[in-house]
Amino acid sequence: MSTTNPSDPAAVEPTSSPPEHPSSAPLAIHDMTVAYHRRPVLWDIDYDAPPGKLVAIIGPNGSGKTTFIKAALDLVPRISGDVRFFGEPYRQARTRVGYVPQRGSVDWDFPVSALDVVAMGLYRKIGWFRPVTRRYRQQALECLDRVGMADLARRQISQLSGGQQQRVFLARALAQSADLYLMDEPFAGVDAATERAIVAVLHELRQSGKTALVVHHDLQTVTEYFDHVLLLNMRLVATGPTRDVFTNENLRATYGGKLALLDQVGHRMTLGQGNQ
Amino acid sequence: MSSSTCQYRSGLRPRVSTGPLGTVVRFAHPFMVTGLLLLLSTPSNALPAVITSQAPASRPTMPLPSPVSISGATPATRSAPGKFARALLLEDYNTRVVVIGTLLLGIGSGIVGTFMLLRKRSLVGDVVSHAALPGIAMAFLIVEITQPGTGRSMPLLLVGALLAGLVGVGCTMAISRFSRIKQDAALAIVLSVFFGLGISLFTIIQKLPTGNVAGLQQFIYGQTASMTSGDVRLIALASLAVLGIASLLFKEIALLCFDEQFARSNGWPTGGLDSILMALVVSVAIIGLQSVGLLLVVALLIIPAASARFWTERLGPMTIIAACFGGLSAWLGAVTSSMFARFSAGPVIVLAGTLFFLFSMTFGTRRGIVRRLLLQLAMRRRVGRHDLARTIYEFLEPELPLLESSAHPGSGDPLCIPLLVLQDLLGRRTWSPKRLGRLIQSACRHGLLQVEPKGWRLTSEGARHARLVARNHRLWETYLILHADVAPSHVDRNADLIEHVLEPELIEQLVEAVMDRYPQMDMPPSPHPLAQGS
Amino acid sequence: MTPQLDMLTTIKTILLDEWFLLDTWIVVTAALAAMGCAIPGTFLVLRRQSMMGDALTHTVLPGIVGAFIISHAMKTSGWFAATGGEQPYAFDAITYTMMFVGAVAIGALTAVLSEWVQRQGRVESSAALGIVYTSLFAVGLLMIRLFADSVHIDPDCVLYGSVETVWVTGDGVPRAALASGGALVLNTLLVVAFFKELRVSTFDPDLAISLGINSTAIHYGLMAITAVTAVAAFESVGNILVIAMLIVPPATAHLLTDRLWLLIVLSVTVAAASAWLGHAFALILPTLLLTPFADAPLLRSVNITSLDASTAGMMATTSGLLFLLALLLGPRHGLVIRRLHRGFLAIRIAAEDLLGVIYRNQEDPETVNPAILTDRSLTRRLAVWWLRRRGLVTGSSTSPVLTSSGHASARQLVRAHRLWESYMAHHFNVPADHLHEMAHRVEHFLDPELRDQIAEELDGPQRDPHGREIPLDEPD
Repeated sequence: MSTTNPSDPAAVEPTSSPPEHPSSAPLAIHDMTVAYHRRPVLWDIDYDAPPGKLVAIIGPNGSGKTTFIKAALDLVPRISGDVRFFGEPYRQARTRVGYVPQRGSVDWDFPVSALDVVAMGLYRKIGWFRPVTRRYRQQALECLDRVGMADLARRQISQLSGGQQQRVFLARALAQSADLYLMDEPFAGVDAATERAIVAVLHELRQSGKTALVVHHDLQTVTEYFDHVLLLNMRLVATGPTRDVFTNENLRATYGGKLALLDQVGHRMTLGQGNQ
Repeated sequence: MSSSTCQYRSGLRPRVSTGPLGTVVRFAHPFMVTGLLLLLSTPSNALPAVITSQAPASRPTMPLPSPVSISGATPATRSAPGKFARALLLEDYNTRVVVIGTLLLGIGSGIVGTFMLLRKRSLVGDVVSHAALPGIAMAFLIVEITQPGTGRSMPLLLVGALLAGLVGVGCTMAISRFSRIKQDAALAIVLSVFFGLGISLFTIIQKLPTGNVAGLQQFIYGQTASMTSGDVRLIALASLAVLGIASLLFKEIALLCFDEQFARSNGWPTGGLDSILMALVVSVAIIGLQSVGLLLVVALLIIPAASARFWTERLGPMTIIAACFGGLSAWLGAVTSSMFARFSAGPVIVLAGTLFFLFSMTFGTRRGIVRRLLLQLAMRRRVGRHDLARTIYEFLEPELPLLESSAHPGSGDPLCIPLLVLQDLLGRRTWSPKRLGRLIQSACRHGLLQVEPKGWRLTSEGARHARLVARNHRLWETYLILHADVAPSHVDRNADLIEHVLEPELIEQLVEAVMDRYPQMDMPPSPHPLAQGS
Repeated sequence: MTPQLDMLTTIKTILLDEWFLLDTWIVVTAALAAMGCAIPGTFLVLRRQSMMGDALTHTVLPGIVGAFIISHAMKTSGWFAATGGEQPYAFDAITYTMMFVGAVAIGALTAVLSEWVQRQGRVESSAALGIVYTSLFAVGLLMIRLFADSVHIDPDCVLYGSVETVWVTGDGVPRAALASGGALVLNTLLVVAFFKELRVSTFDPDLAISLGINSTAIHYGLMAITAVTAVAAFESVGNILVIAMLIVPPATAHLLTDRLWLLIVLSVTVAAASAWLGHAFALILPTLLLTPFADAPLLRSVNITSLDASTAGMMATTSGLLFLLALLLGPRHGLVIRRLHRGFLAIRIAAEDLLGVIYRNQEDPETVNPAILTDRSLTRRLAVWWLRRRGLVTGSSTSPVLTSSGHASARQLVRAHRLWESYMAHHFNVPADHLHEMAHRVEHFLDPELRDQIAEELDGPQRDPHGREIPLDEPD
């Protein structure tokens, strides 16, 4: 898995300057460790996303899939590591990254319609202070149409079914017209029509050269929907083209329980750092 | 109900043209700017400074607010209703000044309150207003010590209140962030401690020979009557500023309230926006102190917004309605208290808002209780009709082949042939004869059944309906069995509830999911044995 | 005499020489009220219903006013005359009884109404509470104004009480002290009797229901008790102190302990301390605040030392100060302690790193950057001091030498580092040159048990991924 490097990296001083990322990969993660309340939940992730591919992020519950995405997007603090989008830090590359959060993270009783939600994806483009004009509403409607929801545009979001809600949030990400999409479990608990709509949108994205990283839980459909996989369980287990990496052996390594030691060491570190 | 679904399903084009969200802002900008300019251009001496505070000597025992009617110079000469109408219509100049100030405050608080309600931070306004007290007292003390006699300078007091309010909000956030104390306790701590400090300073001030304490007392209980025209100008200006900022940042703040995480990942400065929103709340609470008083100003922030939610499902209209409710209750309260000495403005404003709230909660067209009950009733009726139609179908189903063969070709649905009597259907479900009778009547009214001399018969529409309902029911049941691992014994009840709200789109999916099992059939067989009638 | 010393003397005079029996009674009354509040308050804080306490103290107002109006109406309509002429005690007794009945009713009503608004109107819970309590409070204020002829309630008095006048009659135990003491005794008895039930239903309402405990009854009971306590205290200490004492002492105690019974005891203690200190502060606050400005024209004619502030207000403020103290200095969660702990950790890590460097330098000087050995930063010097105190190194701080026990420690540390590198290389998809950084962080947290576990899992590796020897815990 790793080649032994004869040169000596054990100089006690850790390399202080962040490593250069010559690659302009859509997402390049270097040595990322993420902790919740000082307890590491993702250890030392090293990953370059292949451009123009659909990548499934796969792992058991609690393996850090959501954390992976959130940490990449600076929504959860990283304790170490470096993340680049298209060779730039997230701050600069924001407009090129679209994020579809897990459903249920918003207040469904909020007085907005499906169209309003999709229009939120355009707010950055609209800019400060300016209202959402007709032109933008038309754009938002087109995005809704792409997920097959145009005729429900006026509905308040709580009056939509779970799958329809998911499609609205997908449409919002589409409205951002990003180059890289990070989606957190878009297929969770959706009906067949929504699943088809999402897959169609994913393929459409790939055709126009975009990249999508999708947290996915249904192992049955991985080979059908995705080109690449990223197997995650507190650490990066394996990554690469689906047919090479999506093997029984790798899946066993991913789903064969957590590394108990990582958990224990994480616990010691939490205790040691004053949160006892 | 049908009209609302109709609205959803109308074509694409017309819906895009107008959107309240956009309209608000578009119309708001020019209005705000004009109003602001008008107000600024009014020379201060054009407003007569008539409305002054009462001398404290007139209330020797209690420092209770005792609003003296502003237009009360000639109370005896006018009949009470006439006086009330005069005040309502703002004919009296002095009343007009006060009422306009309060009205603007009501509108501003309605808008800001909407955001706070949706951000689930309604009670922050309570903390802010209580926390303002030590600020007011400090400002008063400092001014009195440096320049005796000028302590009751409204702008300075309000600046003190503003600073203290902001410090209070900051403390709340710091406590819940840096300790294990939860948000709710942090709010209560800051509220009570700041207020206690304020009260302590007040009692000191009371014992100083300033003779001007009455001007401060009004901040606790509110007292519109003691407003000077200068105060009103200040309130109006601040309200307009709040309105202006809220409408300029409408879309940004709405995004923050709806989905903070998305806003952050999208590069909006959520911390900054949050601070602006907090500053708006603090401003509204502070300018409301004088008319409503700090104990009740939070009501202005919560009640209009909560009332508005019953009438709409869109944010733009909700904001406008909340502003209307806020303005209306403030107007009513200010007018009433100017008319009747015993009705102090603060409680009346709040209670007017409460009345609006109760009215909205009952009759609101979107979430009101009455509407919900009506919908439930309609749903129950619909379910009843569906059940009746399906029961009839299931009753006739065994005889269908016979009926089909005996019917003349082209003479319509064979289901329409047999005559139905009450006894046929009664035993098949747990219906009482009375309920069954009512169901049949309802079905007759809807043209599903027709009355015959000795019973009833399905109309052709009724036959179509019966087939459709039975089909949906079985599709749904079969789907549940195939795909959701629900035990067949449980199916019937689940299906009963959901099948009545199946949308055409969903039925297509069901057909797709289920029909590959029964490719040849129009009507899938029931997945469980049907109860046979007695 | 310097002005500061002067002020100190004045304060001493105010607090010691001019402390009268009245002051003692004020403190006793306020402390009883505060302690009574702190008990139900503990559960409000733990149940995350603190704002309910705030709401209840407001909503009791219409209950109190209603009780006064009714008893006044009974008096004027000759009810008392029938039972025997002027009987102020009977009148008081009836008013009091009705006040408490009204309080229980209004406490439950507040809870029921806000739940009704929340459920029927689908309004968010805190907003529903806000709607209900402001409305009820507005009703109370309006009632005071409308029935001003029959009800002599000063809303200011409701707000900040009149504990200063608690003992003006000068004989016996003040009535307010009896009322507050009664509430305290009642609350104590209830907590002792229902301790288990309260604990379970606070910690996990669902579990409580499954155990057959009626969580709803406990909820409404708590509301009613809070309202009763608020009423018992309102006359003497006022609304504002009740809110403060319901929430602030329990929150303070919550920063200090994790045990429920200790939490209650501590919050009662903090409440009593706030009452005592609060009154002292009320006496000296004007002196502290205004003495620097004694020359201002406003204050020239005022005897500053004879002024005092509202005792109730200052008690609330004092409890806030105590909370702040606990927030900063709390034994486990205090900000200062946490900062110190982090500082010590940094020193320990620096010291252990130094041990590792010296060890590696002995092993193979080529691998160590010599600049690291001559670091003169503060952390480094503290680290060396720490190591020397524990007898792990000797020699100067620029060229420290390992003692034998230092050598053992360093060996363990290097072992932890290299084991972790091996472990990661085995399990992680990480290039070898990325291994070091994480190991450098983790090495400080691997105790012997974990080290053995890793070694066992890797079948006792001899060499790390870079080919260097992994030392054993004990030399052979």
